[in-house]
Amino acid sequence: MTTPLLAIEGLTKTYPGVIANQDVSFTIGEGEIHALLGENGAGKSTLVKAIYGLIRPDAGRMLWRGAPYAPAAPHEARATGVAMVFQHFSLFEAMDVAENVALGMDNPPPIRQLAANIAQVSTDYGLPLDPHRLVGDLSAGERQRVEIIRCLLQNPQLLIMDEPTSVLTPQEVEILFQTLRKLRGEGRSILYISHKLDEIRALCETATILRRGALVASCDPREKSARELAEMMVGTALQPPERAGRTEGEVLLQVTGLNLRAPSAFGTSLKDVSLSVRAGEILGIGGVAGNGQDELLAALSGEMRSAHQAITVKGEPVGRSGPNTRRALGLLCAPEERLGHAAAPDMSLTENALLTGAWREKLVRGGFVDWARARAFAEKVIQRFDVRTPGPDVAARALSGGNLQKFVIGREIMQRPQVLVVNQPTWGVDAAAAAAIRQALMDLAQGGAAVVLISQDLDELLTVADRFCALNAGRLSAPRPVAGLSMEQVGLMLGGAGDMEVAADTAAETLAQTRSGAVHAEA
Amino acid sequence: MMGTMDLSSINPVVLAAALMVAATPILLAAIGELVVEKAGVLNLGVEGMMITGAITGFAFAVSTGNPYLGMLAAVAGGAGLALIFALLTQYLMANQVATGLALTLFGLGFSALLGQGYSGVSPPRTPRMDFGWLGDIPVLGPILFRHDPLVYVSLIIVAGVWWFLRYSRAGRILRAVGENHDAAHALGYRVRAVRVAAIAFGGACGGLGGAYLSLIRVPQWTEGMTAGAGWIALALVVFASWRPWRALLGAYLFGGIVTLQLTLQAAGWRIPVEYLAMAPYLVTIVVLVVISSGRARRTLSAPGSLGRPFHAAG
Repeated sequence: MTTPLLAIEGLTKTYPGVIANQDVSFTIGEGEIHALLGENGAGKSTLVKAIYGLIRPDAGRMLWRGAPYAPAAPHEARATGVAMVFQHFSLFEAMDVAENVALGMDNPPPIRQLAANIAQVSTDYGLPLDPHRLVGDLSAGERQRVEIIRCLLQNPQLLIMDEPTSVLTPQEVEILFQTLRKLRGEGRSILYISHKLDEIRALCETATILRRGALVASCDPREKSARELAEMMVGTALQPPERAGRTEGEVLLQVTGLNLRAPSAFGTSLKDVSLSVRAGEILGIGGVAGNGQDELLAALSGEMRSAHQAITVKGEPVGRSGPNTRRALGLLCAPEERLGHAAAPDMSLTENALLTGAWREKLVRGGFVDWARARAFAEKVIQRFDVRTPGPDVAARALSGGNLQKFVIGREIMQRPQVLVVNQPTWGVDAAAAAAIRQALMDLAQGGAAVVLISQDLDELLTVADRFCALNAGRLSAPRPVAGLSMEQVGLMLGGAGDMEVAADTAAETLAQTRSGAVHAEA
Repeated sequence: MMGTMDLSSINPVVLAAALMVAATPILLAAIGELVVEKAGVLNLGVEGMMITGAITGFAFAVSTGNPYLGMLAAVAGGAGLALIFALLTQYLMANQVATGLALTLFGLGFSALLGQGYSGVSPPRTPRMDFGWLGDIPVLGPILFRHDPLVYVSLIIVAGVWWFLRYSRAGRILRAVGENHDAAHALGYRVRAVRVAAIAFGGACGGLGGAYLSLIRVPQWTEGMTAGAGWIALALVVFASWRPWRALLGAYLFGGIVTLQLTLQAAGWRIPVEYLAMAPYLVTIVVLVVISSGRARRTLSAPGSLGRPFHAAG
């Protein structure tokens, strides 16, 4: 048997009160794409941080080609041949591509020379990138290329990728996979962390599955179904979201020709956005991050004001109204960023429940907070949405991402909205919690509410939504029914401007046909 | 009635030469603070570090009889006070704004205590540089080539900082730490170490600026003699949008206003001096308003992590 590239033996790491990794052992062979699977908090990040020298394990050891390997700092890991592409990009927006690459290297050549190297590698691996552009101006896919090229220039033997595809369009994912397969062909190994089981089945030949810090299985993901893998991760059988027959009612939310300037330099302005959602319907809005999702949510929630007639709820114009007026009309929102936007990190769950629930749940009386009612409301949310927390007095910051997400979505749903707008409701949430949130959204629509689901997770959009439209550079495409929509068509809708127009035109035609059909039917 | 005003008594050459001297203390303090802020730290204690440098420099120069030893002591004094700030904000995670303000108050009080025996004492003279025939060039000679060494040192520091931030690897790391400390940490850079070094450099420059006041510009020790120079320096960093050469330009501009104000007063012009004294701050407020519009933020290159506390995770 050949010596593996990296062998991990009995690795254990504990934090106060939490066992992040418990006696984890596995090996990564040369020229292998190895998947690391697990729910949030299963210990994947801790494990890769140990491999990359960012933390030191409490027990256990690692062997690199048979020799002991214990990096004390990332530069030692890099010197050995380990490189890492981070989940949240470790880039500097105000600096250009070449400088960003230089910062990730231990002995960078002069910038001029480096720029030439970058151009060379970017053509070799099919990752187009201009070394002189400011990173703040790049798309998410281009930013990831900066990270990958930064790693490749160091000629790594092991490349660690943490959730690399969460921000990419299907076409960009395909480019990435070609690059990764090319790297494997050169004999390099890749440790690939992802939630997306279909990707892992398409790309990896070995998978290590972690649950609550411990290794639960090693398998060949190509021989397992996505469902089997998910169940190994979660430890229980998964309930796929279900929805009984649907009935569509009147238009509850109507947006017409909404134009809005972005509030910050790195934001995206909304251009002529129109949409309408009926009672009982879920409208899915896809798009790569940074194409106007945050701005759209802010415009709908009332954080950003627009022309008064541009947004109507049940026929009532609300464009210039603040969030509380909109809440009174039944329009509720749950933004993407959990800590700091959807919830105040240092306030208790009761206080956070009060922040958006005060009006509809009548938690304030005569100008004073009714703490008993606020607490009861928070407890109701906790119980109904299975939020794992000692109680409503715990600070929002103390909850895990998935639990807090269940709480902030639950808080809006429990207020019986007539229109609910959610942005990235299952971002960074484990499979079981994600399924619960999706089910809750479908139940809400079932009960006669209109739901706008903004998400970057295409699988989620295609399972949950009734109609799909894409947000690209602040423009919203015409909606298309999800039934019968192929992944390729979706990709075209999300992708570049040229493709976009074709897709939008076809969509508009389809829509026009459907509409005229409907008119004929009515006539 | 207005007094008689005699503008002809103002000599532009003397004015220009005085401008460089008036600008040097705030330039030194500002270039130090610029480096601190480029590393992502907001130290509002510039005034305190300047006044501490002023008294330590003065006391050492008087007791040793050597102004240059005094300046070295001022560098150490300013840096020492800054390291207290570094300890509090980088290791004990104290709030930067509150700590900076406390540092100013502490510096003012501490320097008054140290300086009790030094009022009315004259410090040893700092000789002017002799550039030979260069000093005899008409107009340019008196303006540029007849100053004390510290004026030229301040210019060298500005050029050095510019080169360091723009071309050196260490400067790039410092900017990276200031731009996004989490990313810098993830790449394995020692965020705290970089910041502590930057804070110490800022303190050293502030202290040197203070010593320039007490040893050369005035030259004497009076309590609270910095009289807001540290705040002007802070304003200057924003005005310069974190660029060294613009800081130089700004310092000479502000120095010019101060000199002009004095000269106009001497010439009998009866415009209240307060208006001119306000000018640097008004300019800074305008710049701040422009910056906070957000859209201009990037073009003005405010460091992304400025003033945000850094907690190392994992």
